[in-house]
Amino acid sequence: MKKTLRLIAALIVVGAIAFWAATGANHGWTKTHIPKKIVDQTTGLEGVQWQDKFVPGVDFLAAALLGAGILAGVSFFVRTKSK
Amino acid sequence: MKTKFSVLALITLAGVALAAPQTFDFKDPKGINNAGFKLDAPLESINGSASGVSGTVTFDPENPGATIGKITVATASLMVPNPMQRQHMLSDKWLDAAKFPEISFESREFKNVQTSGDTTTADVTGTFTLKGVSKELTVPVKMTYLKDKLGQRVPNQNGDLLVIRANFTINRTDFNIMPGQFEDKVSDTIDLTLSIAGASPK
Repeated sequence: MKKTLRLIAALIVVGAIAFWAATGANHGWTKTHIPKKIVDQTTGLEGVQWQDKFVPGVDFLAAALLGAGILAGVSFFVRTKSK
Repeated sequence: MKTKFSVLALITLAGVALAAPQTFDFKDPKGINNAGFKLDAPLESINGSASGVSGTVTFDPENPGATIGKITVATASLMVPNPMQRQHMLSDKWLDAAKFPEISFESREFKNVQTSGDTTTADVTGTFTLKGVSKELTVPVKMTYLKDKLGQRVPNQNGDLLVIRANFTINRTDFNIMPGQFEDKVSDTIDLTLSIAGASPK
């Protein structure tokens, strides 16, 4: 059980960092919408369309590390079964 | 003499008819009209935009300085990338979108009007209303009159377009938005931009 909890914690950390890096390593807050600029040819105006897109940020990393830390911490309180 | 006077009167009347002020509607069926905002914050600057633009402006191409109008932005249409930030922004502690559903600017006076071709620049003085607080502001604007271009933007419609661009700055403290609070997290200074086009169908 100890090992399982610690393994899950490690997987969470590695997975979160990998996902964060793969989606652009956003150093700001997590985004659920991103702006896309569109140009109106007649007026030359630049409009903004908001697109649904999840982009994890530092708060996502912090949450993952916190979760992994809690799991790892709990593992220290789990009694090892005596053989 | 009578003939000369009649001709002169006719020419004057024709000029007045051609120079008649037009009313432009800024509700945009293409969803391009937008108001942008930017505030400094510790981790990253807060950049957002609002698409719920509406309002009317009466503009006379022969007398741009006589322009009058009011532009309104729906508070609930303000968007930022982070959902928690947006929730806080629209909440009763910040913009209170439920109680104050509109942000508006109503012009009163145009000064320093300069026209070159289709483009007019001016300093517009008017009333800016945000979170129920109204303040007089003077804002530099650029207006571009696009005669007979409505059909290019909206199929099967004839008419003219008026493009208005403006950039100005406000302080949230002046509008009772968390005055003196969280200034280390959310800047007091807000940069605003307006990029809008109005239509005057014929």
